Amino acid sequence: MLAEFLQFLFSGLTVGATYALAALGFTIVYNASNVINFAQGEFLMLGGMLAVFLLEIGLPSWVALPAAILLVAAIGVAVERLAIRPARDAEVVTLVIITLGVSLVLRGAIQMWRGTATHALPPFSGDTPIMVAGAALAPQSLWVIGVAAAAVALLWWFFERTRWGKAMVATASNRLAARLVGVRIEVVLMLSFALSAALGALGGIIVAPITLTSFDVGIMLGLKGFVAAVLGGLGSGVGAVAGGLLLGVLEAMAAGYVSSSYKDAVPFVVILLLFMFLPRGMFGAHAPERV
Amino acid sequence: MRLGSRGVGLAMTGIGLAILPLLLPNAFWYDLATRAAINAVVVIGLNLLIGYAGQISLGHAGFVGIGAYASAVLTSRLGWPPIAAMAAGALATAFLALLVARPILRLRGHALAMATLGLGIILSMIFTNESQWTGGPDGIVVRPFSLLGLAIAGERQWYWLCAALLLVTLWAAGNLVDSPFGRAMRALHTAEPAAKAVGVDPAAVKASIFVLSAVGASLMGSLTAHYVGFVTPQVASFLTSVELLTMVVVGGMASLAGSVVGAAVLTVLPQLLTRFEGAETAAFGLVLVATMIAMPRGLVPTLRERLGR
Repeated sequence: MLAEFLQFLFSGLTVGATYALAALGFTIVYNASNVINFAQGEFLMLGGMLAVFLLEIGLPSWVALPAAILLVAAIGVAVERLAIRPARDAEVVTLVIITLGVSLVLRGAIQMWRGTATHALPPFSGDTPIMVAGAALAPQSLWVIGVAAAAVALLWWFFERTRWGKAMVATASNRLAARLVGVRIEVVLMLSFALSAALGALGGIIVAPITLTSFDVGIMLGLKGFVAAVLGGLGSGVGAVAGGLLLGVLEAMAAGYVSSSYKDAVPFVVILLLFMFLPRGMFGAHAPERV
Repeated sequence: MRLGSRGVGLAMTGIGLAILPLLLPNAFWYDLATRAAINAVVVIGLNLLIGYAGQISLGHAGFVGIGAYASAVLTSRLGWPPIAAMAAGALATAFLALLVARPILRLRGHALAMATLGLGIILSMIFTNESQWTGGPDGIVVRPFSLLGLAIAGERQWYWLCAALLLVTLWAAGNLVDSPFGRAMRALHTAEPAAKAVGVDPAAVKASIFVLSAVGASLMGSLTAHYVGFVTPQVASFLTSVELLTMVVVGGMASLAGSVVGAAVLTVLPQLLTRFEGAETAAFGLVLVATMIAMPRGLVPTLRERLGR
């Protein structure tokens, strides 16, 4: 009974940590630019797929995994420069279409290069489960939760303690005022895409040994990350992490206790219910709307 | 002036649709033209919601799916006449759209995108999972369409039926946009508080247009099911919703002509891209991004401006 519950909780927190990283990616880009980047899920896919490739060509994992993250961050910067910046002044819907187009380009490119096969990344430290109160805990789950927690801590330090982090926070709260005190908005935008791409890649890499990866895993991961970000009240970092973890756990519980065929529907049911009862999200600020 | 230019546009579209068959070399192109016409009708409805009323929907394929599956399941498994099944699908869609409209349309911008996306995905999962009714991922066969004992068969008949429907939809949508309701709808897009102040009920207007566009999508879903003769969950997928939204934006928001152009271009484009074997997805994405950067307001409004009309 308890063992079963713990088992679901572990697997929920594991996927939830991935959703949290994806949700943070959405949040960072949204705060810097007001754009919902529907290509965010593709960054997770790219991270996993590039890591698999770099390991295949014989790089040691301590080189391959960071290199994959850096490559995806570079792709993130390229996306901002080539697709988002030229359309900066367009309407929101137009920007949504552009990010959807970018996701097609990235997904299509990987499909051309690597085909439609599913790839596996080896677990970071073996696959002998650790038994906790009767529940089997895969070592990779600990890696996922640990690495995600470290990333969140590092991110917090970046936003609170460094000059560029503060510039990004300032831009999010008031773009014009930030510009007036000398923040270079262009750099903030670029940084936000690099950061969210790197976070996405990290999430995609750490979860790949558990869920496997292929050219099309980005669609669902991205959408669920978006749900998690909205669940936490779009724009809030704490909310994004909490939203991701909550979604992961709810999904695992629903799959375990109710029905696994509707597992993927859980986040969307949750968000619809939330909208009906708490339209500003769990952590959303109650900002008055400007007329 | 406005009515006049609409009349001219309608007449030109009518003439275009009438002479198009002379230019269609074979059944393959007839098929494309028919699909484009069906898409155009859905896209016009969606454009009323997105372009004119300013409300985004990322889940419209879900409504197309309700129509398609209502027709498929009710005619093939329960032996209903096609028109009754179609009506049942439309009714179910209207009911669902009305049920969710108020809470969802109270939301704005990205929240609305999220909610409609969620609704669409839940619907497509139901179609995939309830395989005892829907055939699951393998799909379900649909009986041919017939109306009052008259069967519609062959690519020509289907083309004329869909072309006529498109023309009627264009005419109706044009009238709607120019009606008092249409003005209320457009006012909401530009200045909701001002519209409220002059007595427009935002919730009611948004809900009406949401339900209308959903029912339109459902009806065309039913028709597509009969036309293709086969339905899979693909019809209701997120990617189909994205495709519909893309047609609206590429053609031009708040432009009825744009909806027709957007639907036609994006129905034909993937067919032209099949020669880049394996690269269709990436190529489609590239064309999409490039078009939106070059013409952020869409093909028709941008070209109209450049040609000085």
